[in-house]
Amino acid sequence: MKNRQVTRRKFMQRTTAGLAMAGAASRAGSAFEAAQSPHPSQSASVPTSAHGVPIAEVGTWLKSYRIWDVHTHLNRFAGATTEEKVDDCLRWADHMRVERMLLLTAASGGRDPDAEGLRKMNDECVKAVKRAPDRFFGCAFMNPDYGQACLDEMNRCVRDGPLVGIKFEFDTIRLASSPEMDPIISRIGELHGVVMHHTFIQTTGSFRGESSPKEMAILARRHPSVTIFCGHTGGTWELGIRQMRGVPNLYSDLSGSDSVSGFTEMAVRELGPEQVLYGSDIWGRSFASQISKVLGANIPDSARHLILGGNMRRLMEPVMKARGMKI
Amino acid sequence: MIDTNVDLFQWPFRRIEGDDPASLVANLRKKGVTQAWAGSFEGLLYRDMAGVNARLAAAARQHGPNFLIPFGSINPKLPDWQEDVRRCVEVHKMPGIRLHPNYHGYTLDDPAAGELLALAGSKNLLVQIAISMEDIRTQSPLMIIHPVDPGPLSDIVKSAPNLRIELLNAGYHGGVNTQHIEDIKKLDNIYFDFACLESVGGVSRLVDQISPKRVLFGSHYPFFYFESSYLKVYEARLPADQTQAILESNARALLGR
Repeated sequence: MKNRQVTRRKFMQRTTAGLAMAGAASRAGSAFEAAQSPHPSQSASVPTSAHGVPIAEVGTWLKSYRIWDVHTHLNRFAGATTEEKVDDCLRWADHMRVERMLLLTAASGGRDPDAEGLRKMNDECVKAVKRAPDRFFGCAFMNPDYGQACLDEMNRCVRDGPLVGIKFEFDTIRLASSPEMDPIISRIGELHGVVMHHTFIQTTGSFRGESSPKEMAILARRHPSVTIFCGHTGGTWELGIRQMRGVPNLYSDLSGSDSVSGFTEMAVRELGPEQVLYGSDIWGRSFASQISKVLGANIPDSARHLILGGNMRRLMEPVMKARGMKI
Repeated sequence: MIDTNVDLFQWPFRRIEGDDPASLVANLRKKGVTQAWAGSFEGLLYRDMAGVNARLAAAARQHGPNFLIPFGSINPKLPDWQEDVRRCVEVHKMPGIRLHPNYHGYTLDDPAAGELLALAGSKNLLVQIAISMEDIRTQSPLMIIHPVDPGPLSDIVKSAPNLRIELLNAGYHGGVNTQHIEDIKKLDNIYFDFACLESVGGVSRLVDQISPKRVLFGSHYPFFYFESSYLKVYEARLPADQTQAILESNARALLGR
């Protein structure tokens, strides 16, 4: 709780400073309005418009936010090889001015990949990162039904390879709070890596092994020094955000759901802007719909900068330093 | 810019910024919208549809001529629904109607739907059919509403060539997986918005699959962030003339205003 209060205080200080520096009486409201008054970090070339940002100037507007995407997949991009999929993805990312992406899968491994399946998936992710190391961070895919294979893959792909984190989709039937997760999370902590974990609270019934933010909060409390991204914030975000409150190392990933008005506002209000991250869940989702959750939200522009990239840059710094990567 | 897919008043399950007409209009104007085709969230669940449509029409009048274009809700399962259509046309001078078959408990192969669509065609009404309103996975467990299957339209529209239909919110949650969707996409009198269309570059593929003349800008605002559909247009990387057509001229030609 204390950490959350500090975060909010910092947020208010930052917001106040941002307002003063920009000389704007009010920064909340649509990002179209925000685009009319430059953020302190922006150059004079940022588009301005009395009636929103014209289509032709959207690229410049997006670029000003220095977007980092916490949730991407290559599987369905055009191309016969992973390298071709990378190239296709980057064409779209360049257009949408997305600087860097956390790549979670480069190839599908089916519903329940075994040790060999994990190796194949992770080989493709490694290929993707090697193709564009300045644009992609990569995660090794995990399946806690195969605990030793997960540890082996972390050593192979993170300790000895170019990947910087791990990704979980579905867990064992006992979900993400189960003890079999602990050695995996502990190991990635030793490697200074990050964790992305899918969550979804489905009204129509969850899948086998599909966790919610509730299990993620329990897991994150057991591993307070590990940075854990709560994929999709549970999808049903009004429930998911409530389950995430008061866990300072558990971060809300806005990706992979409809651009429903109010999502980002509630996440910022309940968790603080430093605990909320933009993610797209491309290819299945668009960059557009997911970026809109931040640019369309009625939050200060300073918070938009944090969510779209500032937070990720801060959170990736330890693993980048540990890997000798340029920050 | 013409937004063909907005709703007035309050969503039943949460308060949303822009859920009062004055703020909705102010926000849309700031975003560069010059005209918005408006349905009513009240039309989803209310039974007094005449009252729903009267409030919608009054709100549209209050906010200036030709900015909010009201599309009255019609439920063909209500008694005397034909009188609601008459009032939309004769009293409120509405150019179109909006249907929510899934919220009103019928499918498009229901005889009532056929009767309603035939009547709409005879009165030259543009019919908007909302395929979905929200992700079924995130709905209230007390009210799970499946998306509308537009499949039956392939036969209905072929026998009513003058009927003009816009499908709203087809995409991620339904409306594109029906076995008839390829037939539907070929029909010249069916138009699509893309508020719920997903995947990278989705709008450019929609334009390729259908025609740049039958794709209309629709935001599903205020339920969705308006910027979602706007950024999809940017993401599509279309030629300037197609962008202009989607943002405005297609809608203007369809409605004649």
